[in-house]
Amino acid sequence: MSALLEVDDLRISYGKVEAVRGVSLRVHDGEIISIIGPNGAGKTSLLAGLMGLVPATGSIRYQGRDLAGSEIEDRVENGLCLVPERRELFGDLTVAENLRLGSYVRRTDISGTRQRLDGVYARFPRLAERRTQRASTLSGGERQMLALGRALMAKPRLLMLDEPSLGLAPLIVRDIFHIIKALKETGVAILLVEQNARAALQTADSAHVIETGGVTLSGKAADLLHDPRVVATYLGGAA
Amino acid sequence: MDSQIALLLTIDGVANGAIYVLIALGTVLIFSVTRVIFVPFGDIAAFTALTLASLQIGKLPGTVFLVGLLAGTAFLMEAVTLLRQKRISQLPRAFLNYLVLPALPTALAIASAGFKLPLAAEMTLALLLVLPLAPLIDRIAFRPLADASVLMLLIVAVAVHFAISGLALLFFGPEGYRTEPISRAVFEIGGATITAQVLLMVCAAIAFSGLLFLTFGHTLAGLTLRATAVNRVGARLVGIRPTRMSTVAYLLASVLAGVSGLLIGPVATLYYDSGFLIGLKAFVGAIIGGLVSYPLTAVGAVAVGILESFASFFSSTLKESIVFFFLIPVLIWRSLASPVHEEEDEEIV
Repeated sequence: MSALLEVDDLRISYGKVEAVRGVSLRVHDGEIISIIGPNGAGKTSLLAGLMGLVPATGSIRYQGRDLAGSEIEDRVENGLCLVPERRELFGDLTVAENLRLGSYVRRTDISGTRQRLDGVYARFPRLAERRTQRASTLSGGERQMLALGRALMAKPRLLMLDEPSLGLAPLIVRDIFHIIKALKETGVAILLVEQNARAALQTADSAHVIETGGVTLSGKAADLLHDPRVVATYLGGAA
Repeated sequence: MDSQIALLLTIDGVANGAIYVLIALGTVLIFSVTRVIFVPFGDIAAFTALTLASLQIGKLPGTVFLVGLLAGTAFLMEAVTLLRQKRISQLPRAFLNYLVLPALPTALAIASAGFKLPLAAEMTLALLLVLPLAPLIDRIAFRPLADASVLMLLIVAVAVHFAISGLALLFFGPEGYRTEPISRAVFEIGGATITAQVLLMVCAAIAFSGLLFLTFGHTLAGLTLRATAVNRVGARLVGIRPTRMSTVAYLLASVLAGVSGLLIGPVATLYYDSGFLIGLKAFVGAIIGGLVSYPLTAVGAVAVGILESFASFFSSTLKESIVFFFLIPVLIWRSLASPVHEEEDEEIV
């Protein structure tokens, strides 16, 4: 069976600087793939390229179709969603309005939208409590929940998460990773970019290590957790 | 000046203000969704009145040629873009959106030329003819610059204004026009005489700004417009196309400008370039609202109207100078009221 997402020799350049240098990877339905690596390794650029936010060369096939020439909005309609590092919420709008806009591409499916909204409120009770509050007044953790919830409203088939734990307190980070695991149970495939390598590897099925724009190491997440090179560089020595 | 004159001037000023309210609200709407300070917006109002005047004297309005020229240019640009990006399958839709839709009212105008239509039909036709102008200008001049700075967009907007008013001279000619009054009725209320025309201006301003608020607050279309204004990247990530939203914003705003044009047509003689000053005064109102607040913009636009009417009583030669002079204290007040700019950027995150 062909993979949900097939990326081959993806390259992204900003002027003369090549941020992503020939990355290839596969994501299958219902799978969590982690991408770990240091700051500036090109992880965020990789996701931006897959989403169509920045121009990329190489081949991206999603659901068996080439994504070349397809716009961001088309990708969202086909269930490819990104929760970016900057969250990109609608600060002046309320939590409920943000979520309603999340299902913009599914706006004709009224009963499905209501079901997903109930699902999001059940998964994130904090958002239900704050539904009339403006998104800009939320705490960091709540914003991350809202960004996740908004993406779920689009009924994604492949969810790309960029640093979901960035800037959050340890307890909230644990919650977020619990939720990511629970999402997998619903059949959503997840491409997870993380600096918190331990949490990312504990959550994922397989993982890739990216350094200076290229994949340097790939394998099952459980194996990478004990790989001496990963332990030394990303897990702080004590595995 | 006694109280009788003051009352008269106030009524006159509120009527002027009603016109400015509609144009100022449109200016704020376009700015918040597209970041373009759409300088030619007053021209849209003036063109509606000129179009109606042409229809009333049985001439084919110059707008027909203006729309034709813009639609042709916009379609060519869109076709080249689509061909370059190898999205040929979307060509038929571009053909429909950029050529067929704008051509519909044009065809209607050509078909009905020579017939004497009832006033309401003429007004509707004039409005429909003007509606495609702003969205087409957006496609031609502003979409290729979507990521440019606000200043750059403003400079382009000024250039577009001069280009458009030059074309308007070509298509409408240098003569001034005045349209037939909508109603000649006059009312006596508390010692003051109010014409039905003035009442109509005020009611239309209230009705259409009310309609705008309802659209904004209670419909999904309004919500997507607000979302695009707040965060363009976020909007794209949920599948909202900012280009489509800017077309919606230009259309909605054009309705407001068009209605105001229909209302000033009978009370002022308009020329091909009269729109600029009207737009500029409405812009003062929009500045009072900081280009973000719709209620403050409405208040500001009415204030500008009243100020103008009193200024013309004291010195009709200096009335424009007096109105624009008051922009200076307003700008000082605005810069004191919201001194830090970084705060707004942080909110978006």
